[in-house]
Formats: sequence, structure tokens, C-alpha cells
Amino acid sequence: MAGFRLPAPARVALLAVLVVAVQLATQATGKGFYLTQLTMTAYYALAVLGLSLLMGYAGQISLGQAGFFAIGGYTAAFFSTVDLASQRGGAAAALATRVGLLVSRPDLYGGTTLGVNPWVGLVLGVALAAGVAFAVGVPVLRLRGHYLAMATLAFGTIVSAVVVGTQRLGAADGISGVPPFPFLPGLRVGGGGADRVANFYVAWGLVGLAMLLLGNLVRSRTGRALRAIHGAEDAARAMGVDAARLKVRVFVLAAAMAAAAGVLLTHYVGGIGPSEASVMKSVRYVAMVAVGGMGSLWGALSAAAVLEFLSLRGVFGAHDDAVFGGILLLVMLFSPDGILKLPARGLLDRLRHRPARPGEGS
Amino acid sequence: MTLDLALQYLVAGLTYGAIYAVVAIGFNIVYSATGIINFAQGEFVMLGGMIAVQLAPSMPLPAAIALAVAASAAVGALVEVAFIRWLRKPTVLRMVVITIGVSILLREGALVLWGEGVRSLPYFTGDEVTSVAIGGARVSPQVFWVLGTVAVIVVLLEWFYRRTLLGWEMQACAANRDAAALCGVPVRRLVTFSFALAAAIGALAGAVVSPITYTSYAAGGPLAIKGFTVAILGGLGNSGGAVAAGLALGVVESFAVSVLPAAYKDVVTLTLLLAVLVVRPSGLFASGEAARLKEF
Repeated sequence: MAGFRLPAPARVALLAVLVVAVQLATQATGKGFYLTQLTMTAYYALAVLGLSLLMGYAGQISLGQAGFFAIGGYTAAFFSTVDLASQRGGAAAALATRVGLLVSRPDLYGGTTLGVNPWVGLVLGVALAAGVAFAVGVPVLRLRGHYLAMATLAFGTIVSAVVVGTQRLGAADGISGVPPFPFLPGLRVGGGGADRVANFYVAWGLVGLAMLLLGNLVRSRTGRALRAIHGAEDAARAMGVDAARLKVRVFVLAAAMAAAAGVLLTHYVGGIGPSEASVMKSVRYVAMVAVGGMGSLWGALSAAAVLEFLSLRGVFGAHDDAVFGGILLLVMLFSPDGILKLPARGLLDRLRHRPARPGEGS
Repeated sequence: MTLDLALQYLVAGLTYGAIYAVVAIGFNIVYSATGIINFAQGEFVMLGGMIAVQLAPSMPLPAAIALAVAASAAVGALVEVAFIRWLRKPTVLRMVVITIGVSILLREGALVLWGEGVRSLPYFTGDEVTSVAIGGARVSPQVFWVLGTVAVIVVLLEWFYRRTLLGWEMQACAANRDAAALCGVPVRRLVTFSFALAAAIGALAGAVVSPITYTSYAAGGPLAIKGFTVAILGGLGNSGGAVAAGLALGVVESFAVSVLPAAYKDVVTLTLLLAVLVVRPSGLFASGEAARLKEF
């Protein structure tokens, strides 16, 4: 992969410029409502970036990423909508309110409810997802190929079935009425036109931060070890890479990113439904990573930004799933390293008078 | 639980289990020939049911089912030719994702053609209230059609693999593809044939079971996961194991529903799958030695 590459901080700066440009453009053209879908796109992109690290760098497939997204989202939704008003007189509730774990807020009917601080939901949601990822990952990541795919698919389906089958989680209806998330004083992650621009910057700011951190990670010793595992796990182990531990860590990191994204998106749109946990969502995340190219965080981000935004705008209509299935199929058939690498490589190879690389990276 | 009720659950479990076994055998046929797990296997069961339902009003039932099986087999062969045959040394990851893509397209295609509705064939004998008494349990005659069909499928397949030249060639292909090719076995055509065969038996099972379980465009996914669970439990490539494991899983599920909320039925199976994958990925019946030779 010869050629011109921007250094990572410059790329993130470019992303920042692009984000500001998009915001100004929507403002100038009176299309401010696009920002709502663009904000949601950013949160989905966080989940995709986590998966990109796992699939593209460590080479481990996961068909359960939506399960972790849902664990985060549902934990946040559950704790921020539970009403502890009946406990208000108790000493424990008073203490918890004093230290900020519980917060009062007005409800629709003019009364006040006593709910859990959304920050607690965020911490619990991410911790729960990370814990589950660790418990599932340690045994499951010993498997390879079809077995790993099916095991993660089974995990995702379990989360989906539990969510749909549990009344306390709203069963088929999901949970609605989730309050905004108090991100900073005066800045809340939630719906509503007034906060739309601020929320757009918060979401894409988090994406930029993730790109910086993940960019550092993949260029570090750990990142090289991950790519070694992808290339040839046995060889990597022979060179002293603790493959088992690294794979689990990346799996947990990917799950934590998905869960954090799930928490924030749930607060942003004010609710979550069982479709977020569905296997089809996991397959969509895989599709976005595949389109962007295995082992390319920026590719995954670009693919997620474009595809998710179009999907949220309803461009694909009733055939949304079919479009993602078709895209997945075409990319995997004709350019399994991602569409961004397709024309570039052919051209480079021709310039260098060498035949195209046979097969593809394992 | 009374004995009669237990018997009722047992029969229901065996019925579902027989279908799981057929899906698992479909996985095995393709896996033996190619080393690929075809994630679209469940969609062939769905296709068999849906096409037969479509054709049933305009022709006799056996003809509708035969045509549905033939059409599904053609789709299976087409999938192999269009998406798999020409790939050079595809990685496992790539094959998994491609077959998932195929399964989504088949499902969405069925959605466009037939809508979201739930469909079924008429009962082959009698109707939904006809029943036969076995001990204290009331059993629909359709259950015998399902169990009988599955038994015939298993016996015929066994005969096919052991007694016919084509079956021997398939076995040779499964044992060592390159060596088989050197001996003049048309490996490529056999791979296509294995997809068609797997699709055909899946479709037959899907048509026969549809009066009991109904079918819809989305029926394939859950069946694929159940079938895969059974294939793993029985040991990949081991069809006898698949039948035993399929019936066992069906019965376990059936009794699980009697104590757990119905929504958690799949959770039981999937937890079992995860546990088996982790503890004994070679399956309950296979030797660990043989499994170690395979690429996980």
C-alpha cells in the first residue's frame, strides 16, 4: 500500500472540518433536520468502529455486535425510566439522591418521578456489556471460522430473544420515554430541535475522539500484534503474542464501544426497541465493516456514515435489509478487502507490472 | 405432569426434532463436500414450504410438493454456481459472510413474492382436528407424515452414499478433494450437486411440516440456527448423529416450553449450542481425534 497517507491527527482534523462544513451546509440550505439522522449515524458508527477493530484488525468475526449495543441501550433505558418515587422517604434513597445517583424529574402528568441518574446507566450499561463480553469471549474466542460465527450469532440471538420475551424490558414494544442524558451542564444528549446542533457536535466529537484513540491503538505494539493474529495466529503465538488474551481484550473493547453508543443513542432518540438487538442489525454492522475494508478504520467510518445515513433517511425504503444483504454479498464476492481498495490496487499493480495478489488476506 | 401430557410433549418434540435433523443433514451434505457451512440452509426449508403452498391450489398435492422440491434444488444449485463455484480459495470468514448475504436475499425475495403472511399446506390426511390416539396422547396424522418422510430421507441418503457410484464419489470428495479429482471425480459438479441435494431435502421437509408449524418468509433463520446446533451436537458430517441429536433437541425444547415462557424456547437451544461449542465442539458422538483434523 504505497502512496500518500495523511498522518492520523491530520485526518481527524480533516474529519472535524468536514463535520463543521456539513453542519454549516445544512444550516445554509435549511436542511437542519438532516442533523438528527447524522447524529444517530455517528452513534451507529461507534459500534461499527469497535467491530472494525475486532474483524478487520484481529480477524475475528462477530455476528453479535448488536447484542452489546442493545445491552447498553436497554440498561440505560431501564434505569432511567424506572420510578423509585415510592422509595423517596427512605434513608437509602435520600443518600443516593444527595450524592447524585438518583435524580428527580417532572413526569408527563405534572408529578415528579425519582429516577436513576443517566450517568449511572451509562456506567452500568458499558460495564455490563464488557462483563458479558468477557464471560462470552473467553471461551468462545478459542473457536475459529464457522464455529466463532455461529457462537456469536447464537449470543446475539439470545440477547434478542431475552429482550423480546421480557415484559420488564417492554417485550415487542421496547422502552420509550427515556429522558435526555446530562452530558455537560447545559448540554443534554436528547431529542428536541433546540439541542440538535449541539448534539450533532457531541456525537461526531465522540467519533473523532474514538478515531484518535483507536488510531493510536492500531499503530501501537498491540495493533501490530493484532494484525499478526489476523495474518497467522499460530505464527503470532510462536513470536510470543498472547493471542488469547488480546482477542478477548479487543472483543471486550468492541462490546464496550457498542454499549456506550447504545446508551447515548437511546437517550438521544428517547427509547429503544427490540430491533436494535436483532441479528439483522449485527449483519448490517458486519456489512459496513466489509464495505469499508477489513483493517481500515477510516474505511469503516466512511461506509458507516454513508450507508447508515441513507438507511435512516429511508432511501432504501422497504428493501432496507435486502440492500444491506446485497451490498454485503457484492463486496465479499468481488472485493473482500473493501470497495475503497478495489480500483486503487488494480491501478497500482498495473503500474508496477506485477500480477494482482492471488487470493486475499486470510 | 401426567404421563399422557408428557407423551404429548414427547410427540411434539419428536416432530420438531425430525425437522431439525433434516436441516442438520443439509448442513452436513454441503459441509462434507466443500468444508462450507451454508448459512442459507434454513431458507431452503422455507422455500420448499412456500413454493408448495403457492402451487397446491392448481395441481394435486404430490405434484406441488415434487415441483417445490425441484425448484428449491434448482435454487440451491444456482446459489452454488453464482456465488461459490468461481471463488479461488475463499477464506472461511468470506464464505460465512457470503452465505449470510445469500440467506438475506432469499428471505427478502420471499417477502416480496409472498408478503409477510403465515402460510401452510392443507393436512395430507384429514384436517387440523383429526387425531389418532396413542396411549393417552392425541396425535395428528400429519406427525406420521413428517416422521415417515424424515425416515425415508435418512434411509435413502444412507443408501445413496453407500451403494451408488455418485454417493461414493461424494464420499471421496469429502475425504480428500484433490485426490478425488486426480481419480477422475468431477469435483466441481459434485459440489453443485451437494447444494442441490441439501436444498431438495430441506425443501421436502419444509413442505411436509408446513401444516403443523406453518411457514413464512422469515422461517428460515431460526431453523438454520437449530439445524446448526443439531449438526454440531451430532458431530459435523455425521448424519446418524444428526438424527439422534435432532430428536433429542426437539424433545428437550418441547419439555422446556412446558416449564419456561415460550419466548425463551430458543434461549434454551442457543445456550446449549454455546455450551457444546465451548466444551465439546466435536459433538457428542464423534471422536475428538477426527474433529481435531478439521479446520475450526
